[in-house]
Amino acid sequence: MSYFNFAWQWLTSSANWHGSDGIPERLLQHLEYTGIALAIAFVIAVPVGLAMGHYRRGGFAVVTVANFARALPTLGLLVLIFVLTSGSFVSWLIPLAFLAIPPMLVNTYEGVLGVDRELTDAARGMGMTEWQILRKAEIPVALPLILLGVRTSAIQVVATATIAAYIGLGGLGRYIIDGLARSEYNVVAGGAAVIVVLALAVQGLFMLLRVLIVPVGLRKQAQTS
Amino acid sequence: MFHKKTAAVGLAAVACVAVAACSSSGGGSKSGGGSSNPLSGSASSGTVVVGSANFPEDELLAQIYADALQSAGVKVSTKLNIGAREVYYPELTKGAISVIPEYNGALLTTSVDTSSKATSTAEVNAALKAKLPSTATILNSSAAQDKDSITVTQANATKYHLKSISDLSSVAKTWVIGGPSEFKTRADGIVGLKNVYGLTFKSFSPLDESGPITISALKSGKVQAADIFTTTPQIISDKFVSLADPKNMFAAQNVTPLVYKKAASAKVISTLNAVSAKLTTAELLEMDKQLTINHASYTTVASNFISQQGLK
Amino acid sequence: MSWAWQNRDLVGHYLGQNVYIALLPVLFGIIVSVPVGVICVRYKWTWPPILSLTSIFYALPSLALYTVLIAYTGLTDWTVIIPLTLFSLSVLIPNVVDGLRSVPRPVEQAAVAMGFSSLRRTLQVELPLAVPVIMAGLRVATVSSISLVSVGQLIGTGGLGYLFTDGEQRDFTTEIYVGLVLIIVLALVLDGLLVLARRWLTPWEPRRSRQERRRAATGAPQGTGAVPVGHHGGHGGHGGGGHVGVGH
Repeated sequence: MSYFNFAWQWLTSSANWHGSDGIPERLLQHLEYTGIALAIAFVIAVPVGLAMGHYRRGGFAVVTVANFARALPTLGLLVLIFVLTSGSFVSWLIPLAFLAIPPMLVNTYEGVLGVDRELTDAARGMGMTEWQILRKAEIPVALPLILLGVRTSAIQVVATATIAAYIGLGGLGRYIIDGLARSEYNVVAGGAAVIVVLALAVQGLFMLLRVLIVPVGLRKQAQTS
Repeated sequence: MFHKKTAAVGLAAVACVAVAACSSSGGGSKSGGGSSNPLSGSASSGTVVVGSANFPEDELLAQIYADALQSAGVKVSTKLNIGAREVYYPELTKGAISVIPEYNGALLTTSVDTSSKATSTAEVNAALKAKLPSTATILNSSAAQDKDSITVTQANATKYHLKSISDLSSVAKTWVIGGPSEFKTRADGIVGLKNVYGLTFKSFSPLDESGPITISALKSGKVQAADIFTTTPQIISDKFVSLADPKNMFAAQNVTPLVYKKAASAKVISTLNAVSAKLTTAELLEMDKQLTINHASYTTVASNFISQQGLK
Repeated sequence: MSWAWQNRDLVGHYLGQNVYIALLPVLFGIIVSVPVGVICVRYKWTWPPILSLTSIFYALPSLALYTVLIAYTGLTDWTVIIPLTLFSLSVLIPNVVDGLRSVPRPVEQAAVAMGFSSLRRTLQVELPLAVPVIMAGLRVATVSSISLVSVGQLIGTGGLGYLFTDGEQRDFTTEIYVGLVLIIVLALVLDGLLVLARRWLTPWEPRRSRQERRRAATGAPQGTGAVPVGHHGGHGGHGGGGHVGVGH
């Protein structure tokens, strides 16, 4: 039987859409974890990225963060924090937020850095304060990249939250972990399908946001193909 | 110039990958069969393959078996951490693995005969020998047992006067019970608690195989009762109370080698029986402590056991 | 860390497995992505659909993909290798395309003027010049691949990921640290080797400015300042600047 048969079997069984182990409940949990982690990461990463980009400092640190973040195994970090905190409440939140920081940080930094020097010089010449330059000139221009960073982080967190089921978290990853343990492949297949749809929906949502938030002129400018 | 350099880099890359492949070739892979359950394996032949479930105690036992067999001159390879019984049992009956350390009662009620009422070691083994598929059989059981148990914190045991599983009837409705994922569907899990003791809990929380997740969930109150294996060292160190099982919902769980008949030569049988003869619950508990509290390595603990028991 | 040395057989075995399962997909990736990239540049209409496909694969959580493969390859190494190959492709193909497109027009024109056939031009002029950008993508793909293998431990094939699950079960932080350190070091060493390889392959490259080096490290193609390939998020023909993601 192909993957799709198993997934379809599970997804079309109405029992799986109700109760504490049902799809809506698990989806909600997953979104909850993702939302909280993203919010925390946003509050930390974006201001730092804006500051670093505006003052053109710390490029090397940013590269290091980028490389390091890519090499860091998510399962390892989840397990480490879990064992170190003896399974406390924060044990899932710390890795999820931590892993969401690099994409937002680096993309925000790059975004602000990439703002045309002439633009910021003109703004400075007009007598704007540093904060005004940031707010009125740099952030609007950097918006596409900042948004990209948040989108990247969102997808990252959705994926990490899936793996976090291993350390006892709820959410959609439960279907994979529990299904594997009970050798119930249709649960695994169905769960994977919901996760894939969620990831694509997140991707789509951000693409929509981009159209809504980023001014048309900037959008065109950033396009290449 | 460019072509030569690229070719050189390409060859080097391929060479690296090949070397890595060779050095990892002890691990083996599980082949996907054309069966209706993609999670089960298919047959393969060769050396005696000792498998283990995905929790430390079973991995240790597998290591002990492998060690003993190797000392006896048998060609051995290991396939550790396969998964829960639901995953590795089909592999054994097909011969993809040759030996696995099992717990006779759990094996019986989970995979062989879910309606079995056998509870004592003798009853369970008789039932197994009768009902196992023709490709597999069990060898002698050891005295060592690692049973499932319903365990609660000392505080709750005192507060609600809990001594046996039956005493849970007053609190079950408001309590969350935790255990490995498969506890939900097994005959001696949630199902058994309902049928044998008439208990229905508020909800079930999937945790892990009596590991840190379960321990911390019980300690923190995330769950009020948990399925904890009786040789888990933290029962003693965290002062948990394992409730008595007067109705024998949990059958005897002696450590017993489950073997694929075709791979079980006379030497294999006699070696493993010798190991079982020397394994006691106290020994097992002590070795678990070394693994979990002292963080000794599996191979060290296993070889110590083998030499101490004169099984080399 | 002496634990690692004491258990070097075990650790070595999983290290080897990790390298094998991570690098094979990257190898497949580069072999396939170069011709596909060339086609995308040559036949422009093929690029948007392929770009969409790579965007999609890029966004999918690795664990979900591994489990999809179980239906076809059971619980074997290939269950992890195939999805990782798809990931590598989703990183490499856009980079190959960007690299080829970043070849300065005057150079192309000079090659045409010198009588280079189309194929020769691609092989001897455009691809060599695209090496820095392609290499940037190769680095991203390699580093991510190394760390993504460990997630495979949840389906039984995880290279050094074994150290995470065993460490978790036994409350053994040392083992977990060893796993983390080895994976990160392994990734960084391979990354360094790729940088050396790039320098060797492109001897004509002058010592680059800090900004250019930084761009390459985060995966942005040089010269264009736009559509970079990081580890996440795909392009869809929009977005500029460095994408950075983490292995997921």
